[in-house]
Amino acid sequence: MTYKKMILFIIIFLIAIGLQTTHSAKPAFAFTEQVIQQGAAGEDVIELQARLQYLGYYNGDIDGVFGWGTYWALRNFQYEFGMEIDGLAGAETKEKLASASEYDRNFVMSQINQGTEFTHYGGVDQSKQSESKPDNNKNTANNNTTNDNANAAEPTAVNVPQGYSQNDIQLMANAVNGEARGEQYVGMVAVAAVILNRVESPSFPNSVSGVIFEPRAFTAVADGQIWLTPGETSKEAVLDAINGWDPSGNAIYYFNPNTATSDWIWSRPQIKKIGKHIFAK
Amino acid sequence: MGRWILIGILTLGIAGVGFWGYQEHQEKNAVLIQAENNYQRAFHELSYHMDLMHDKIGTALAMNSREQLSPQMVEIWRLTSEATSNVGQLPLTLMPFNKTEEFLSNIGEFTYRTAVRDLQENPLNDKEVKTLQNLYEQSGDLKDELRNVQHTVLDENLRWMDVQLALATQDEQADNTIVDGFKTVEKKVEGFAESNVDSALTGTSAEEHEYRNLNGEKINKEKATKRGQELLQVKNTDNLTVTDSGKGADVPVYSISYQNGNKHGYLDLTKQGGHPLTLLVNREVQEQKISLNEGLEKAKGYLKQYDFEDMDVFTSNQFDNIGVYSFLYNQNGVRIYSDAIELKVALDNGDLLGMTARNYFMNHKERDIPEPELSIEEAKEKVNPDVQINEEYMAVIDNDVGDEVLVYEFLGVLDNETYRIFINAMDGTEEKVEKLDGTEINFASVSQGRA
Repeated sequence: MTYKKMILFIIIFLIAIGLQTTHSAKPAFAFTEQVIQQGAAGEDVIELQARLQYLGYYNGDIDGVFGWGTYWALRNFQYEFGMEIDGLAGAETKEKLASASEYDRNFVMSQINQGTEFTHYGGVDQSKQSESKPDNNKNTANNNTTNDNANAAEPTAVNVPQGYSQNDIQLMANAVNGEARGEQYVGMVAVAAVILNRVESPSFPNSVSGVIFEPRAFTAVADGQIWLTPGETSKEAVLDAINGWDPSGNAIYYFNPNTATSDWIWSRPQIKKIGKHIFAK
Repeated sequence: MGRWILIGILTLGIAGVGFWGYQEHQEKNAVLIQAENNYQRAFHELSYHMDLMHDKIGTALAMNSREQLSPQMVEIWRLTSEATSNVGQLPLTLMPFNKTEEFLSNIGEFTYRTAVRDLQENPLNDKEVKTLQNLYEQSGDLKDELRNVQHTVLDENLRWMDVQLALATQDEQADNTIVDGFKTVEKKVEGFAESNVDSALTGTSAEEHEYRNLNGEKINKEKATKRGQELLQVKNTDNLTVTDSGKGADVPVYSISYQNGNKHGYLDLTKQGGHPLTLLVNREVQEQKISLNEGLEKAKGYLKQYDFEDMDVFTSNQFDNIGVYSFLYNQNGVRIYSDAIELKVALDNGDLLGMTARNYFMNHKERDIPEPELSIEEAKEKVNPDVQINEEYMAVIDNDVGDEVLVYEFLGVLDNETYRIFINAMDGTEEKVEKLDGTEINFASVSQGRA
């Protein structure tokens, strides 16, 4: 009897210890396992920025994209806490950060979902950190969605290639979609690359919009097909071209040999054929 | 009675349709006139700017004082840019008019280079004065031709909308006065190009030159197929199509492509040595499983696997579930900006989705890097004192004129913005300052949030 009791007692004791240790070993952060580095986007970055802001290192928007502001903030934090300064949020950095700061996830997520401007500084009242919207109707209308999404939020910023805006990318995606819809992916990247090669070329306008809207340059612009809604693939193709991919082999012209009306275009030195288009210098 | 009502309704109907048709016609005319006016404005401005430019080049020749010459050059440079923009607004694209645009761009390049130079210390040399004289004559010819076309246009009330039509339907092209006029202009400029060969006017192809770094034996088609199979990671060669490049290609390549369901791959291999210039694989990328950081390790692995040595990561960015990395060649601690390679890694399983090494194969070589004449401290003094410098590197970059120069590279912060600043390590010139952004508010998500 007592023997059984003893065993039971020991088991309970062990479980209690187990619970205790697992509890204390688990740091109070929601970070995933990943090493967060510059250029990353997602919820981990939101938490990173919020925690850095809590400690006063980060003064930018909590937008979920690891840009330069976050990079310098993280490096300052690593410097102040005597860690190796590498600008990477690895296991040690995340742990130190979590023990030094607090993170009110629900507050941050709901703010992001409501689209309000907010901050997450430590020791400041939350109501002062959020610019609440003047029209209450909107807030109540949003309430449902807010509650649904309270446990997740998308970053409110995106990475864009240096010197380009999402709108430039969208415009190019429209042109690529109008010109090369139905081509293979690489054919779309090549068309996007031709637009960029023209921007670089001395014989064409010096901006993306100038090149696209140059009269008679693209049939898709002339017949209005440029205003069809482009698919995600066109956008991806444009990003690839901007990031340096040029399957066209540095072409500045292309044409469809079945429909080309101009003799002159045939006189250009041809580089290669991708799908229906012949690319030329 | 019923008949009269019917007649009444029909009459009303016809009158209505007539009125509607008339309105449509009016609107169409209004739109056409708008478009025509835009063309006319671009055209007349072009002639005006050419004329003005010719004058300015003339006065520049006569100028003796160096203080005035620089602003004059800037003025000419500005006019070339205006004129180029005017040409870009005319419906001439499918007509060979690019020699003229190139001519304009060359004048721009030349005047820019002289304008930014310290003419006090470094006055125009004989060759450059000669070039300027040539430009004066040539722009004069060009101006006359354009003024001539302009006169005909005004005299005969010619419309650019007709040019548009004439260019669209090839047959009538022979008759169109404007088109002919522009062809004459273009012919003239073609002649200039030859007489300018020996002058200080260089083409703007600073970054484009032949491929310098293609070693190895020429490979044949079979070998290319095999190499393509490895690089694209395809099991059987049946799905692979290999094609030769045409005579317009900068460097002869084999283009290898394959299609397998939704997955599609494309690869350009140089015939000389079988080096991969461009690789692209397109497929659905699933949910993110690996981090951007792990993707970077993968990317480094791929570089090693394809025998690129001493490559340092330069930027990393996540676009949806794809990691895009760029690498720079590092020669004894100096980053060489022109020897760049970009890689794309799928963040679902770490597969290589793309690689582009055109810059690397075009520029890469072992360089003779001189000892810097400025110490890093001296270079820092050349940086705006308000910028807080956080990181420093040695680098080789292409400067404004397209020469490779050794620089100190500083990453610094000013008012929450990050800047990349290049200071020439030999003479302390501030070669380039770039503001780094790379992120932007997601307008799509913002508007959704507010809806």
